[in-house]
Amino acid sequence: MTNPLKPSERMKIPRQHSIEQTAEDRIKNFFEVSFGLNEELALIEAKRCLECKNPVCIEGCPVRIDIPGFIKLILEKDYVGAVNKIREANYLPAICGRVCPQEDQCEIVCLLGKKHEPVAIGKLERFVADYEMANNLFETPVITNHIDKKVAVVGSGPAGLTCAAELAKMGYKVTIFEALHSTGGVLRYGIPEFRLPKKILDIEVDRIKKLGVEIYTNFVVGRTATLDELLDEWGFDAVFLGTGAGTPNFMGIPGENLSGVYSANEFLTRVNFMRAYAFPETDTPIKIGKQIAVIGGGNTAMDAVRTAKRLGAEKAYLIYRRSRTEMPARVEEVMHAEEEGIEFLMLTNPIRIIGDDFNWVKAIECQKMELGEPDESGRRKPVPVQGSEFILEVQTVIEAIGQKPNPIIQATTPGLDVSKKGTVVVDDVQRTSRPNVFAGGDLTRGGATVILAMRDGKIAAEEIHKYLQSVEAKKESATVNK
Amino acid sequence: MYKIVEKQQLSDIITKLVIEAPLIAKKRKAGNFVIIRVDENGERIPITIADSDPQKGTVTIIVQAVGKTTKLLCSLNKGDYVLDFVGPLGEPTPIHNYGTVVCIGGGVGTAEVYPIAKALKEAGNNVIGIVGARTKNLIILEDEMRAICNELYITTDDGSYGRKGFVSDQLQDLINSGIKIDAVYAIGPIPMMKVCANVTRPYKIKTYVSLNPIMVDGTGMCGGCRVTVGGKMKFACVDGPEFDAHEVDFDELIMRNRTYVDLEKISDELYEKHVCKLEGVK
Ligand SMILES: Cc1cc2nc3c(=O)[nH]c(=O)nc-3n(C[C@H](O)[C@H](O)[C@H](O)COP(=O)(O)OP(=O)(O)OC[C@H]3O[C@@H](n4cnc5c(N)ncnc54)[C@H](O)[C@@H]3O)c2cc1C
Ligand SMILES: Cc1cc2nc3c(=O)[nH]c(=O)nc-3n(C[C@H](O)[C@H](O)[C@H](O)COP(=O)(O)OP(=O)(O)OC[C@H]3O[C@@H](n4cnc5c(N)ncnc54)[C@H](O)[C@@H]3O)c2cc1C
Ligand code: SF4
Ligand code: FES
Repeated sequence: MTNPLKPSERMKIPRQHSIEQTAEDRIKNFFEVSFGLNEELALIEAKRCLECKNPVCIEGCPVRIDIPGFIKLILEKDYVGAVNKIREANYLPAICGRVCPQEDQCEIVCLLGKKHEPVAIGKLERFVADYEMANNLFETPVITNHIDKKVAVVGSGPAGLTCAAELAKMGYKVTIFEALHSTGGVLRYGIPEFRLPKKILDIEVDRIKKLGVEIYTNFVVGRTATLDELLDEWGFDAVFLGTGAGTPNFMGIPGENLSGVYSANEFLTRVNFMRAYAFPETDTPIKIGKQIAVIGGGNTAMDAVRTAKRLGAEKAYLIYRRSRTEMPARVEEVMHAEEEGIEFLMLTNPIRIIGDDFNWVKAIECQKMELGEPDESGRRKPVPVQGSEFILEVQTVIEAIGQKPNPIIQATTPGLDVSKKGTVVVDDVQRTSRPNVFAGGDLTRGGATVILAMRDGKIAAEEIHKYLQSVEAKKESATVNK
Repeated sequence: MYKIVEKQQLSDIITKLVIEAPLIAKKRKAGNFVIIRVDENGERIPITIADSDPQKGTVTIIVQAVGKTTKLLCSLNKGDYVLDFVGPLGEPTPIHNYGTVVCIGGGVGTAEVYPIAKALKEAGNNVIGIVGARTKNLIILEDEMRAICNELYITTDDGSYGRKGFVSDQLQDLINSGIKIDAVYAIGPIPMMKVCANVTRPYKIKTYVSLNPIMVDGTGMCGGCRVTVGGKMKFACVDGPEFDAHEVDFDELIMRNRTYVDLEKISDELYEKHVCKLEGVK
């Protein structure tokens, strides 16, 4: 079926919106904020696509999903066909449909967006992926080709999961090594349940296991075994490193070691990963003040402040030193945070955390900023306004000012080139300075996005395949020459 | 799942567990620790590796029951399993031949200093041991320490065994006796480590302590274990847990470790109630 509507008619249809929990309800629970589009809304939304001859949306997508292609299949009500079309380029559509910054990628360039609102590509992606899950329609691909080579994937975040899935589909024996007691990386320990239900991640990981991928949790590469041991003693032929950027930065201001000061990573790990929200039913504690402040302007900051609100903070401030337009967080999440009553203190910089007699946080001192000349990043640099200091009463401070790669593997792997920032250096096809070691995701980018991590994992899988084939070819020619 | 293959009660509150973990048994070095999660709702807690048997593939830990998780761990029996057991974590102790080294263990800290003393002995050091506790039945690993130390001193706070007083008093006496001490390892309660650091400071004797901040992941990903050493922020799980005692801000660590005392109490009381109920049923 082709779209029966003329382009002018399509343009008249307004963009459809997800069904959501009201802000009032959702700040009292950890359930997902958005329920997505239902079938009826998805069909209306799919009609809006202009089926452009030159679909620029595809260019905007980091993994080049055939966007008009899958939207057309939705119109034909072939939802499984649609999700499989997406899966050709993206192995985790239910996750990307929820967390990708579409507004900066495919939707920002969508032609319809020039005069009207862009097609809700992400919501359509989520719809077909959810439809398939809800109706149990996923079929594990049958792997016919088996290659007698072993690949180790280190880290089970989106980069590692994608790389593992792609290699397993090609027929390789793949083993994932994960340091924590559960898989998913940031998808599990960082992004909260109210944006990405863990059930979805569990289903995706299960599908990857069904491809024959073996997963070892509680295995810290560099400690439990080094990368070289995996190659030399465990008999792996190649390694993909997707260990992310999990080490939190601290601001370096006085008072940071007071009780009640957390890195966003610790805070989110306690709540999401260790399920501190259910304490004392669960054993990991968390303490949250009546007034709390989160420092930062990215997705991590937004997740931390909204989590604190759900844990009962009466006043939850978000302190960011630039202005709102410069915030790197997803627009949708900034809106959600605002609806939930988060108070935004923009152009504000913390300078000191103040403690009480028991070494607990009681306040944070900030100063106002104004935007000066553009800096290296092209954004206008915030500069302090003299005499603008003020004190905000808070009992919890959460710093979400960025992360850097975990140094364990870099420190225990000779010959692996590492940048000054601690990221592993790779070329444009994810090859590191070591011939049989590949890397991608936040480990090489130093804090990026889920989709870019997946893209790296996929490219690395293709490159690992090429590499192992060439090793094999060399071996063969060597035996022939004998 | 990691199987407990041996259990031994070292005192009323201190239990030795031998756990099957062949990869860790093979790799671990003195100074390393593991992170344990007993069950699905459990907390991740760090425990030092006291010993290992690479042939049998087992790791020995010695745990003092102080709260919910350690009590639960100590209540497990031979044949039971713990859900998660990850390691070896932390930087191993740099083992040199210093000459004469004093190895001090306070309370359950003796379990942590024992593997270090053993490695130092194997490296050719003259090892002087000091083992202390509040009272006689809390002294652990006396025989093990005696076997590897050239000299061993015992102290108890109440004088019920060995010398009456603190381990630091014995350390001061050793210094006063004029013997040349090239390094000191002191592991135990934070106040004890702080006092030992103060004892050796005027004599500029290299002194190392193993810090025990609250940890979550144990791999450098949360920053919860941060401590101040030489005015700089360090993550104890990856930069330590051993640090130069003369540089450590002990008071800050004491304060930070109190962060959750009220919640820990709730957790502990619930656990005790639960245990009482079970015993009532029996
Ligand atoms: C709170 C938060 C919210 C975010 N929100 C969004 C969002 O809405 N949209 C978006 O696109 N991006 C978001 N991001 C960024 C995104 O999550 C990351 O870019 C992405 O997860 C990177 O994937 P990765 O696979 O490279 O690494 P990670 O997801 O970090 O996974 C790395 C894994 O490797 C493991 N590991 C580390 N060291 C070792 C070792 N030595 N041995 C074995 N395993 C090891 C870690 O335990 C971890 O499981 C967010 C990030 C955070 C922190
Ligand atoms: C590197 C390291 C090695 C250790 N080795 C040993 C050992 O060999 N034997 C031993 O008996 N104990 C050891 N400990 C201490 C042990 O981890 C704590 O006693 C245990 O976590 C307490 O948990 P709980 O639930 O039983 O008690 P809780 O009632 O929860 O806590 C009691 C006290 O223990 C500390 N604590 C609580 N949670 C944690 C946590 N997640 N991580 C660290 N400390 C915490 C706090 O100071 C708290 O006040 C070590 C700690 C560290 C950091
Ligand atoms: S750019 Fe927009 S309208 Fe054009 S094909 Fe892509 S989604 Fe459809
Ligand atoms: S325990 Fe999390 S960084 Fe050390």
